[in-house]
Amino acid sequence: MKQLFVDVAIIGGGPAGLASALAARAEGAEKVLIIERNHELGGILLQCIHHGFGLHRFKAELSGPEYAQRFIDQVKETDIEVLLNTMVLEVTSDRKLYAVNSEQGLMEISAKAIILAMGCRERTRGALQIPGTRPAGIYSAGAAQRFVNIDGYMPGKRAVILGSGDIGLIMARRFTLEGAKVEAVVEVMPYAAGLARNVVQCLEDFDIPLILKSTVTAIHGKDRLEAVTISEVDDKWNPIPGTERTIECDTLLLSVGLVPENELSREAGVKLDPVTNGAYIDDRMMTSIPGIFACGNVLHVHDLVDNVSKESERAGMYAARYALGKLDAPEKKVKVVAGRNIRYVVPQEISLDEPVEFFMRVQAPEEDVTLNVGGIRSKKENSVRPSEMLSIKLTPEQLQSFEGDTFVIEVLSNKEDEVSA
Amino acid sequence: MSGKSKLTVDVAIIGGGIIGTATARELSKYQLKVVVIEKEAEVGWGTTKANSGIVHAGFHEEPGTLKAKYCFPGNQMFPKLCEELDVCFEQNGILMVARNEEEWETVQKYYERGKERGVPLELLSGEEARALEPELSEDIVGALHAPEGGSVMPFELAAALMENAIYNGVELLTNSPVIGARVENGKKIVETPFNIVEADVVINAAGLFTDEIARMFGDDYFTIKPRKGEEYLFDLDTKNMVKRTIFPVPSKVSKGILVIPTAEGNLMMGPTGDNIDQKDDLATTRDGFQRILEGARSLVPGINPRKIIAQFAGVRAASDRGDFIVEHSPNVPGLIHLAGMESPGLTAAPAIAVDAVRLVEEAGMKLVPKEDFQPRRENIVRFRSLSREEQDRLVKENPAYGRIICRCEQVTEGEIIDAIRRGARTLDGIKFRARAGAGRCQGGFCQPIVMAIIARELNIPLEQVTKRGPGSEQVLFKAKELLAGGITQ
Ligand SMILES: Cc1cc2nc3c(=O)[nH]c(=O)nc-3n(C[C@H](O)[C@H](O)[C@H](O)COP(=O)(O)OP(=O)(O)OC[C@H]3O[C@@H](n4cnc5c(N)ncnc54)[C@H](O)[C@@H]3O)c2cc1C
Repeated sequence: MKQLFVDVAIIGGGPAGLASALAARAEGAEKVLIIERNHELGGILLQCIHHGFGLHRFKAELSGPEYAQRFIDQVKETDIEVLLNTMVLEVTSDRKLYAVNSEQGLMEISAKAIILAMGCRERTRGALQIPGTRPAGIYSAGAAQRFVNIDGYMPGKRAVILGSGDIGLIMARRFTLEGAKVEAVVEVMPYAAGLARNVVQCLEDFDIPLILKSTVTAIHGKDRLEAVTISEVDDKWNPIPGTERTIECDTLLLSVGLVPENELSREAGVKLDPVTNGAYIDDRMMTSIPGIFACGNVLHVHDLVDNVSKESERAGMYAARYALGKLDAPEKKVKVVAGRNIRYVVPQEISLDEPVEFFMRVQAPEEDVTLNVGGIRSKKENSVRPSEMLSIKLTPEQLQSFEGDTFVIEVLSNKEDEVSA
Repeated sequence: MSGKSKLTVDVAIIGGGIIGTATARELSKYQLKVVVIEKEAEVGWGTTKANSGIVHAGFHEEPGTLKAKYCFPGNQMFPKLCEELDVCFEQNGILMVARNEEEWETVQKYYERGKERGVPLELLSGEEARALEPELSEDIVGALHAPEGGSVMPFELAAALMENAIYNGVELLTNSPVIGARVENGKKIVETPFNIVEADVVINAAGLFTDEIARMFGDDYFTIKPRKGEEYLFDLDTKNMVKRTIFPVPSKVSKGILVIPTAEGNLMMGPTGDNIDQKDDLATTRDGFQRILEGARSLVPGINPRKIIAQFAGVRAASDRGDFIVEHSPNVPGLIHLAGMESPGLTAAPAIAVDAVRLVEEAGMKLVPKEDFQPRRENIVRFRSLSREEQDRLVKENPAYGRIICRCEQVTEGEIIDAIRRGARTLDGIKFRARAGAGRCQGGFCQPIVMAIIARELNIPLEQVTKRGPGSEQVLFKAKELLAGGITQ
């Protein structure tokens, strides 16, 4: 078996892996290796041929492949090594990796630091319990996106989309532009799951109905999908009898959530957060296993790639420092706690002596609120929505004023009745 | 009719389910010309692919029934059969649990029933049962433990039996529904859309459709009453939550809702037992799910429905006698019915197959053993289960094993190509044989790649790759093809 020794090994060559590799190299790590299972770098961005990437980072509206290419070009200018068509089979807690490809066979890679950047996968029909038959014609929105944008095939010509996640919204527009008819996008919540701009640009601009507080309650068709039944749901998501209606279609796309792909992390013994399904990390982007770092969608699902790049650069920087022996263990660790109307916060732990950028999502939409960050900073927001990630940066100087051992982040209502309550 | 190809055989088996394939493999030990005629694109796609996969211990069945006659002997044949055929079989044991004194009485009756048949069994207290299975419900007062009960991958077994039978000379016709049958000069003539098969003996093993096949021959003395069972499969990370298959005490009509560790390690719960009108009604239902969840949680309260990755339904081919039918047709000499194979048909199949050979002999066929019968078959090499060194060696021998296609189950291109070589023709076929797409993402990532491999290996366009046979094509158009008529919005 082939043996390799590197400073920083990065699993995944999507936007998270690319940005972290560049940052690790810039920070002084000598041997940086990206391991990617696909035959090219770029990750899921390669199939996202629509525009809207890089508004924050490059002040430009790029397509997914264009955004990725900017990083790929930079990687090519460095001596960062890239292994393509290579699958990591196992990560151990003492930072060994086992990987395989057709040319080299099995490889044992010993790394001084590892960055997990494997991305996420889509929730499936099985996880949703949609009753009915199991015909062809039911795909995750991402699989359909790949069929159309990479392989050049259309799954069908009459579609219903379940879930209003961003990929579902994008695919509603894509299908329409390809000449298919999108009958409806069906969402169980009272609001869309994707970005507001996608609702406008992908549904409203094309007159595609968004049916809220409803779900697919039956699938019909033996060999190929023939129709779906949709029903309204109550507040507990139970279908309301009598509200069923049937929509004929040959294709059902599922855009019902993304799950970080943490199989390798779990087997390595990395502690996972049950809310994000990603690793618990500290303010150095380090997981519960020393020397193993995480960033991007494997850590928590992002809605903007710009944030992924930013977060991953920090992971790369700290991983390089760790590999070079320059990252001391923090003196103190403070737990970060999700308070009122906060679903999760990353990182879950801070040391107070590093700059930190908190990423978080709210539980429910709310207007006119103040984000209270550990009692040492607050920020007014006109409205907050689960689909739009919030972030806030704090410097070590700002953090100095914090006392206590749990750092609560919460959303406070600015409306009077709630303040008095 | 003239365009059809003609085939003359000693024995024609209609139906390539577990019963048909086990019988074919048993007959392949003798110097006979045998053909299996299967309507689907691959064998094992009827009731055989959609069941609980339990190799029952043999204590359940009513004394005096054929189910009782074949179940325990079938169970006893599994270890050797699965060893010879290199099929995944776990002798993980069965627990039938009692939740109160009344149920405990019933459990003891099953203990006596099993003991009489020679089934190895022991009675356990609630504490002893929980010591074996810590996740069992607190209110369980006692249990019957059958250490020789097991779990098998039923589809894999049917495919392996067929492969081995083919190796030993049996012919297989797929995509060949029997649409007519008659007797001419003592010969039985069986017709499919493409073939006319002339046979001395016909074995009717058509599962749900055995009554219809019988009627084609003018035999109208039994009917099949379809009874549906839904099953819900959990993520592989539920492995080891429960080790033994957990049964409640049965009701009059069914063995109840079970918690089943499958041979592959995923946990499963089910099945329901609902009489239905249509033999092809394979829909799962909300109501069925709720009943199953409730039943399963009464045995193992920690079951988490959020871990479910797939659900399916199978249809039991129950006969109006309420028992298996293993017999000569009373009207047509040389016609043998193997019908009414509801549970424990899978367990009983190896024993029924042996008896079917006896019936073939009774029907006038001479049984001369083949000297060169090869009992062994090797399974698809599972990259995932090899040591790192073995994996390395395999990739160096064949680079296709260095390309992981299904990430959830770590299935390589080499395994997928091997599955196709062994008869897989569809996405479901690949999933059942090589497990690509059977994991937690359910093919979300690998489906397009598996489709491309199938298209390449079979030399067909991507639009002709199906989920499970004609009519279930996956992609219907080329990109831009729909635009020929302009955008419809
Ligand atoms: C939900 C459920 C759970 C079960 N659990 C268990 C269990 O745990 N243990 C156990 O021992 N048993 C179990 N069983 C029972 C077991 O699955 C069956 O007894 C067994 O699979 C029957 O096999 P078969 O070959 O008779 O039928 P099938 O598998 O249905 O095979 C019949 C074949 O005939 C073909 N065919 C039909 N008509 C034609 C035609 N006209 N021309 C050509 N071919 C035709 C079909 O395509 C099919 O492939 C379960 C059943 C169900 C439904």
